[in-house]
Amino acid sequence: MAETLLSIRGLTKAYPGVVANDDVSFDIGRGEIHALLGENGAGKSTLVKMIYGLVQPDRGSMTMNGSGFAPARPSEARRAGVAMVFQHFSLFDALDVAENVALGMETPPPMRDLARQIREVSETYGLPLDPGRTVGTLSAGERQRVEIIRCLLQDPRLLIMDEPTSVLTPQEVGILFETLRKLKGEGVSILYISHKLEEIRALCDTATILRLGKKVATCTPAETTARQLAEMMVGSSFAAPSARDHAKGAVMLKVDGLSLPAPGAFGTPLRGIGFEVRAGEVLGIGGVAGNGQDELLAALSGERLSPASSVLLMGADVSRQGPVARRASGLLAAPEERLGHAAAPNMSLIENGVLTAARRRGLVSGGMISWGRARDFAEEVIKAFDVRTPGPHVAARALSGGNLQKFVVGREILQKPQVLVINQPTWGVDAAAAAAIRQALLDLAGEGAAIVVISQDLDELMEISDRFGALNEGRLSAIRPVADLDIEQIGLMMGGAHDMEVAHVDA
Amino acid sequence: MDLSAINPILLVASIMVSATPILLAALGEMVVEKSGVLNLGVEGMMITGAVVGFVVAVASGLPVLGFVAGALAAAVLSLSFGVLTQYLLSNQVATGLGLTMVGLGLSALIGKPYEGVKAPTLPKLDLGPLSDLPVVGRMLFSHDVMVYLSLLLVVAVWAFLKFTRAGLILRAVGESHDSAHALGYKVVRVRMAAIFFGGACAGLGGAYLSLVRVPQWTEGLTAGAGWIALAIVVFASWRAGRVLVGAYLFGGITVLQLNLQAAGAQVPVALLSMSPYLITILVLVLISARGVHGAPASLGRSFHASH
Repeated sequence: MAETLLSIRGLTKAYPGVVANDDVSFDIGRGEIHALLGENGAGKSTLVKMIYGLVQPDRGSMTMNGSGFAPARPSEARRAGVAMVFQHFSLFDALDVAENVALGMETPPPMRDLARQIREVSETYGLPLDPGRTVGTLSAGERQRVEIIRCLLQDPRLLIMDEPTSVLTPQEVGILFETLRKLKGEGVSILYISHKLEEIRALCDTATILRLGKKVATCTPAETTARQLAEMMVGSSFAAPSARDHAKGAVMLKVDGLSLPAPGAFGTPLRGIGFEVRAGEVLGIGGVAGNGQDELLAALSGERLSPASSVLLMGADVSRQGPVARRASGLLAAPEERLGHAAAPNMSLIENGVLTAARRRGLVSGGMISWGRARDFAEEVIKAFDVRTPGPHVAARALSGGNLQKFVVGREILQKPQVLVINQPTWGVDAAAAAAIRQALLDLAGEGAAIVVISQDLDELMEISDRFGALNEGRLSAIRPVADLDIEQIGLMMGGAHDMEVAHVDA
Repeated sequence: MDLSAINPILLVASIMVSATPILLAALGEMVVEKSGVLNLGVEGMMITGAVVGFVVAVASGLPVLGFVAGALAAAVLSLSFGVLTQYLLSNQVATGLGLTMVGLGLSALIGKPYEGVKAPTLPKLDLGPLSDLPVVGRMLFSHDVMVYLSLLLVVAVWAFLKFTRAGLILRAVGESHDSAHALGYKVVRVRMAAIFFGGACAGLGGAYLSLVRVPQWTEGLTAGAGWIALAIVVFASWRAGRVLVGAYLFGGITVLQLNLQAAGAQVPVALLSMSPYLITILVLVLISARGVHGAPASLGRSFHASH
């Protein structure tokens, strides 16, 4: 690109115990789509927060359009033309679309004009949206449109997108890319944060790669292979899960006609879900977030009871049994939310181990906890799953997301379940840890357990599942062998493009 | 029972007086809770406002000055709650309960020398021809200025929350403080302002009790009015209009059951005395049973801006 919009020189930011960014420098050109690539904890978020004024750098400087740029707060960054679409959406469930948009603007027009502007922009860019809808009722893709429209209404010069495609179907991703290319044609620069290499190679003009807070390289992704990018990002190669033979055993878990009303105002009802999983098999369940994943896990784990004979474990009806009884019979579950659902944040790893493994590992006798055996169990998990922690006495909240996830998954696997249901096993986990968790799941299946993996990461599901189904608005699609599927079919199973259309502005 | 002993004109007039302190306190607490803070210290702030308002009014001879002082005292007291919960991140429930006890103790201490003293009361507002209307004039248009101010405040709070940008930001902070922070809004500052406003409203309500409703000082004067205000906010689903309904309902039934007792109704006194609490809660539960309840999603959660 000929002209530089934002120039970053030597940005450094340290937090107690960790240098989040160390002397990072690069340029973003006008009308350029610039990828920021790195693993979890590589410092992408901190860097972006400095550009958006949420965090002030310790050292280094930025120039925007040739003049100094040091936003002390987000409003200053917004005035300078920086807009940001957040990874974990910065939306307010109980407010409507127009109110949410107004909150992200410096000087919003009166509500009536704003509603009209929202309609205009959403039609121009192929992102249909009703300004009067309550945000809590929107799908993940629609919520992202709210964020994008909020940014577009401010005529940004630099649009920052933090992992925008992690919640979208393949079709929605395609349409988002069209929108971004139109914006680029209008001269808007885009800083695109992701760790999905193929996306970056398809979309971005330039890529800057961060590892452990330092810039590793700036390159042109179209001229680099995904493998090269991955190696720059990770710094070393990691083992891909190994294949295994597909000898299938008896049906371990059978779900038949499972319907449940939505648990709350913003929940999803389950509608007539049915599937079977056999011993030694991994069933992958995909779908965009908020289409019934959490509700399905709760119904399988026993957190919510379901109608009689809708959940059968090895032929026995467990529909009306709670989690403790189901654990005793060999059905274990690991929910998505690590802190507060899978683990109690302020309790130690030993205590968290006792909470689910007490029965199956004999950690309790005569109502008394055997702390010695509990400690041994926690240490066994830590050792087997390479959990990085000073020791088993550490509180769960003190662990990084990836390490806690390894502990939570390991805790269930070491209880030798007959059936394991797991939601988002590698969400927010770095690539090496994710590979280890996937391998552990495959090993467990190899030992004859039936596994249900619910995930929004399609690549992960394609890699480890034998068969695949997708959740869409609480319904489960037909289950198909993974070997027969391509990305187009998977997209359709996930519900297609949720009535999006391609942007029809002429660049 | 002699129902003719109940004068309907006086009944309606005294309902308005009886409802005003609860209305003021509940409105203030509603704004506080809309910003995501649960302040259980309403009772303590009310009685602080009551005693300080009483003392200042007696000392100066000016009831208006009493109201101002009562509101300020309660607001300043509420700031201690604000500092503890917003900056030092203490537990809101425990701190709020503590605030109530501090207020009760402090007011007993300050008010001791003033027991049995008579306070100068607010004059009735002369609304000219309106006050001279038959029946309606006596019922609705011959009250003191605070009754009308409290009604204006209902409209003002409703309009502030619904139409202004500041009100939208306040609701956003109460809905998701993390999102609001990510967009660059000062969560703690907004909440401190809301807590201050809530304190001032509770203080006004308390001063109205000691200067108009009763009007004298006795220990424990508020007698649970602050707790009823808290309950009304919840059962009114955090809406200004329903807070008004709840407060007037409670005030109305309180006055009505007193009149029934005086008229010698053949109902156990205990049952009559508990009726305002039961009926108010029952009616508001029925109102809010339909549709969303609308509790601010961040209500009672501490906010800490981590990186």
